[in-house]
Amino acid sequence: MNKRANVVIIGGGISGCAIAYNLAKKGVKDVIVIEKDYICSGSTGRCGAGVRMQWGTEMNCRLAKYSIEFFERANEELEYEYDIEFKQGGYLIVASTEKEETQFKKNLELQHSLGIPSKYLTPKEAKEIVKHMDESKIRCATFCPKDGHLNPFHATQAYANAAKRLGVEIMTYTTVTGIKVENGAVVGVETSKGFISTPMVVNAAGGYSKAIGDMAGVDIPLYPERHQILVTEPVAQMQGPMFMSFSLNIYCQQTPHGSFIMGRGDANEPKDFNINSSWSFLEEMAKTCCELLPPLRKLNIVRQWAGLYEITPDRQPIYCESSEVKGFFIACGFSGHGFMFAPVTGVVMSEIILGEPTSLPVEKLHKDRFLRGEEVYEPSVV
Amino acid sequence: MEVRSLRLDDYYSDNTIICRCEEITLGEIRELIRKGYRSVDEIKRISRAGMGPCQGRTCRQLIMQEIARFEGKSLSELKMPTFRPPTKPIKMEILLGGEKDE
Ligand SMILES: Cc1cc2nc3c(=O)[nH]c(=O)nc-3n(C[C@H](O)[C@H](O)[C@H](O)COP(=O)(O)OP(=O)(O)OC[C@H]3O[C@@H](n4cnc5c(N)ncnc54)[C@H](O)[C@@H]3O)c2cc1C
Repeated sequence: MNKRANVVIIGGGISGCAIAYNLAKKGVKDVIVIEKDYICSGSTGRCGAGVRMQWGTEMNCRLAKYSIEFFERANEELEYEYDIEFKQGGYLIVASTEKEETQFKKNLELQHSLGIPSKYLTPKEAKEIVKHMDESKIRCATFCPKDGHLNPFHATQAYANAAKRLGVEIMTYTTVTGIKVENGAVVGVETSKGFISTPMVVNAAGGYSKAIGDMAGVDIPLYPERHQILVTEPVAQMQGPMFMSFSLNIYCQQTPHGSFIMGRGDANEPKDFNINSSWSFLEEMAKTCCELLPPLRKLNIVRQWAGLYEITPDRQPIYCESSEVKGFFIACGFSGHGFMFAPVTGVVMSEIILGEPTSLPVEKLHKDRFLRGEEVYEPSVV
Repeated sequence: MEVRSLRLDDYYSDNTIICRCEEITLGEIRELIRKGYRSVDEIKRISRAGMGPCQGRTCRQLIMQEIARFEGKSLSELKMPTFRPPTKPIKMEILLGGEKDE
């Protein structure tokens, strides 16, 4: 097989599908998405799919607000035949240390200046929103009713189907094995199903983005880190918002289907591609969950799994065309929040690829920031 | 000795519930296969078949048979779905250690 394309996107997660849709919507022809397994087989299909406007930097607040407003109308705009299941039950973020409380108050001021409807809550007020929590464990909380979570399979499929209708070709079960660069510019992509000549390649390979960068001779400062998650049996609706704590290390949501999904990070994770599940995760997760949300101790856990975070030195994504190789575009390094930024990823990457000014403030997210020592720090990450 | 052959078609109609936990019918599974979802993992993610308390103990095999039939392949040629722990549902409080079971 010998093919040609205008743009080849590597990765069929939500980032790749969102970029493909936005390019096609702008009228770009011959866009091909290459995915080594199936749509959503990477981190996207393994994630909590939580989306929140409650961030601690102006940039992230703006980007997240844009994304959430898109998800609110995504079923219609993407003409999706099912439902992306956007449940806007809010995010209740609790503070358990003084430092956190101080930071949250600053965050609220920033969020309000940007029109984000978040608010401060005392432990008692927080308990009115999540009745089954033990409020003695917290100092205060913040709540934004616009935050929530989605079904990641449906959200990605919605983008993929819309892209296909606009003429994008999605090649599943096809692996990119090499990128051909001549005179400092991309000329094609080697795949398990043959060569595709193209002047533009987009690296949206999630946890594998560093390896894709290496294929083009572009160094991407990124490492994969396992994050685990579990799901319980479904029960009647009892928790509206996502419940989250940075310091106590938990996020916990009840899906529209009734099951609870919860996860946490582990600072001691080795930096590798291991995505097996561990018993110690179950124990630690259960302990934290039962302490903060005691009635959930009665729930049966039905399944656990793991996926990769792709972490950059400042835990912020990379959006740019590489300065080293012309036609090599990078959209990765989401460091645990790439699902919620996908609508932004799609829009800004299509603009960067077409050489247009970006409609959202992402200039600071160029990969070269790490060379210049201009990392972007965000206080509110899990 | 003559061996009888049991034809799936005679036993399963489009209305047959394939995944009892999530109440998904064979008709829904067939529709997804027609739309291009061709592995148990893909079908599970889009329809929830196999995500319930039994974790696909019944439906996994049936879905694989449907895919095999549609693609004219034998079961052994299909990609096996991922099996995930725990093997049986486990109550959160059992994991707390040192706590009494009621
Ligand atoms: C447990 C967990 C919970 C999370 N919770 C949240 C959350 O609540 N909110 C949030 O916003 N984010 C969350 N995230 C992060 C989020 O999942 C990711 O940031 C996001 O899904 C990244 O999407 P992506 O499309 O960039 O990458 P992926 O979904 O990983 O897609 C990349 C794709 O590239 C493919 N690929 C790789 N190499 C090749 C190759 N050589 N050839 C062809 N294809 C290739 C892979 O198969 C994969 O499908 C979570 C992550 C995990 C692991």
